Amino acid sequence: MTAPSDARLRDIFVDMLIARTQAGRLWNLQRQGQVGPVAPLDGHEATIVGAAHALDPEHDWVVPQYREPLGLRRYGPEILERFMLYNLGHPAGGHIPEPIRVLPNQIALATQIPHAVGIAWGMTLRGEPGVALAFFGDGSSSEGDFYEAGNLAGVLGAPVIMLCVNNQWAISTPVHLQTAADSFAAKAAAFGIPGVLVDGNDASAVYDAVDEARSRALAGRGPTLIEATLYRLGAHTTADDPTRYVPAEDLEAARRDDPLLRLRGYLEDRGLWDDGAQEATEVEALELLDRALDRARAEPLAPGSLLDHCYATDTPRLTRQRADLTGGSER
Amino acid sequence: MSGTASDGPGGTSDLTMVQAINETLHAEMERDERVVLLGQDVARNGGVFRATEGLVEKFGDRRVVDMPISEAAIAGATVGLAIAGLVPVAEIQFLGFSYQAMHQLAGQVARLRYRTRSRFEPAITIRAPFGGGVRTPELHSDSLEGQFANIPGLKIAMPATADDAKGLLAASIREPDPVLFLEPLRGYRGIRGPVPDGEHVVPLGVARAARQGDDVVVIAWSYQVELACRAADTLRGEGLSVGVLDLRTLVPLDVEAITEVVCHCGRAVVVQESPETSGFASEIVATIVDECFWSLEAPVVRVSGYDVPYPVGRLEDLYVPDEARIIAAIRRVLDSA
Repeated sequence: MTAPSDARLRDIFVDMLIARTQAGRLWNLQRQGQVGPVAPLDGHEATIVGAAHALDPEHDWVVPQYREPLGLRRYGPEILERFMLYNLGHPAGGHIPEPIRVLPNQIALATQIPHAVGIAWGMTLRGEPGVALAFFGDGSSSEGDFYEAGNLAGVLGAPVIMLCVNNQWAISTPVHLQTAADSFAAKAAAFGIPGVLVDGNDASAVYDAVDEARSRALAGRGPTLIEATLYRLGAHTTADDPTRYVPAEDLEAARRDDPLLRLRGYLEDRGLWDDGAQEATEVEALELLDRALDRARAEPLAPGSLLDHCYATDTPRLTRQRADLTGGSER
Repeated sequence: MSGTASDGPGGTSDLTMVQAINETLHAEMERDERVVLLGQDVARNGGVFRATEGLVEKFGDRRVVDMPISEAAIAGATVGLAIAGLVPVAEIQFLGFSYQAMHQLAGQVARLRYRTRSRFEPAITIRAPFGGGVRTPELHSDSLEGQFANIPGLKIAMPATADDAKGLLAASIREPDPVLFLEPLRGYRGIRGPVPDGEHVVPLGVARAARQGDDVVVIAWSYQVELACRAADTLRGEGLSVGVLDLRTLVPLDVEAITEVVCHCGRAVVVQESPETSGFASEIVATIVDECFWSLEAPVVRVSGYDVPYPVGRLEDLYVPDEARIIAAIRRVLDSA
C-alpha cells in the first residue's frame, strides 16, 4: 500500500483541473450545437484521475463506461483527440489507436464489466503482467452483467478491478431506490472477493485503494470491488435537468466537498500550487481542447465509412450495398 | 474417438456430426495455441453432448474452462479474451439460452469490430446446439437463426453434414469475425458420413448442391437439408427431378448459388424450422424475387414452423417441418400454372 507522493498528487490535480475545465467548455459547445450530447464529469475527477494514476498505462487496461475520457489524460493525448471525434459523431472516435490500453466508451450499462474480466483473464492466460479496471456507476450495479461478471471474476481469480463510481444518482434515481444493500462495496461478499469503500472525493484515497487492488491482482490474489462515493455535481448529461429532482441543499453541501477544492487546498498548504498555476492550467486545458476539436473537425469522412469495418472483408451483400450507396444504383 | 474407421491419410473417416465437431476442436486447439474453449460443462464432463470430450485432458484446464451458469458473462468474456489476443470458442449449452446473452452477442460481440474501426479483431466462435426432434424441455429446441441474421457483424454457419461440421467449424475458428456456429440436436448422432482426414476447411459463404435437379429446388440449411434430400429421393421414384441447395451459411449468403439454381429450375421451396413470420426463409424469398423474378414459373413456397413458441414434446411433430410437408410443398409448386 503506497500513498501517492506530493509530486504525484500535483500531477493528479493538474489532470483533474484540466478535465473539469474541458468538461465546462464541452457543455457550452453542446449548448451551441457544436458537439453532440455530453456527460459532464464534475465531481468525479478525484476518482477517475486518481484511479488512472494508480495504473500502469503500459500494462493495465482501462474499460470505461462513458463519463471518464476527459479524466484519462494519463493514457495519452490520443484519448482527448478520439473523444472529440466521438463528440462530433465521427466513427473514428471509437478507434483508440494502438498501443493505448483504453476501450472506447460503452453506452450499454455494465456490459463492459464482463469485457474487463475477459481481458484480465486473457492476460493471465498469455502470461502478461497487468490488470483491467472497469468503471461503472451505482445504477449499473443493478444490471445482471455486474453480478455475472463479478461472480466470474471471483471464480477465475482474474486480475480485474471493478470500480463502482457511486455518484448517488442514476439520472434521477437515487441510490436508495437502486439497492437495499448497505453499500455497493458490500456486494463483493457475494463474489467472494474483497469489497472496499473509499471516499471518491479524495484522490489520494482512491489512488491508494486502486494501487492496493492492483498489487493484489498482480500477486495472483484475484479481483477487488471498489466503491468510490462522491456526488454528481452536474447534470446526468446535457439532455438532463437535475433541478427537477436533486435537492438544492444536498447539491450545495456536495459543492462544499468538491474534490478539486480539497486537493487544491492540500497542495496550496504545501506551497505546490497557487493562483498562477491554476490560471495557466485552465488556459492550457482550453487550448488542448480547442486544438483537438480543430483536428477532429478536419478529419475526413467518406460516405463508404458507413459500411467499413462491419466485417474484415465485405460480404457479397455489403458489396452490393456499397455499390448502391456510393454509385446511386438503388434497386 | 471410438467407433470411427479411417481409410488412412488423405482418406476419410466415417463420423457422426458430434464426432466431427470434437475432432475439429482437437485439431484447431493443436494448430493454434491461442484457441481457448469456455462454456458450461465443457471440461470435465466433455460437454452435455460430448462435443468437447477429451479436450481438457489434452490441453489442460487453462484452455478448456468450465464456466459458471452465466450466458452473458460467457459471451461478454469472449470480447475481452479477443481483445487480449486469444481466439475464444464459447459454447452456449442450448441456443434458446442465448436470449440470456443476447445483449452481449448482439450489442457487443457483433459490433466490436465496427465500433472500434477494427482496432480489435473479434475472432470469436460461439457454438450452440438447437433444433427440434428430440423431445427436449422448453427453450432447448428453438431455431433463432433468423433473429441473429438480422444482427450485422455476425456470421452464421449451419452445417447439415458431418463433413461440413468439420470444414465449417475449422473455417469459423479461423475467421477474423464472430461466427455463430449452430449444431442441430438431431444431427449430433443422427447424421453421419465420410469426413476428410487431416486439414479440411470449407469456406464460409459457399452453398452446396446436396441434390441436383431440374424441376424444382428446395433451399434449406442444417437438419432440414437431410429431410429435403429424403423428399427429393422419394420424388425421384416418381420421375421428378428435385434439387436441394444446402446454404451452409446464412451470413455470408451465397446469393449467386441461389440465383443460379432458382433461375435454372424456375420453381423453389424454402424450408426452415423457425416460425414463418420474419424467419430467414422470408429473406431467401425476397432474394429470389430480387434476382430471379422473370425466371419464376410459380410462386415460391415456404415450409416453416408455425407462429407460436416452440411447443412441448407431444406437439413437436406437428410443428417441425418433416418430409411429408416438404413433399406437399414441392407438389404445390409443381402444380402451379
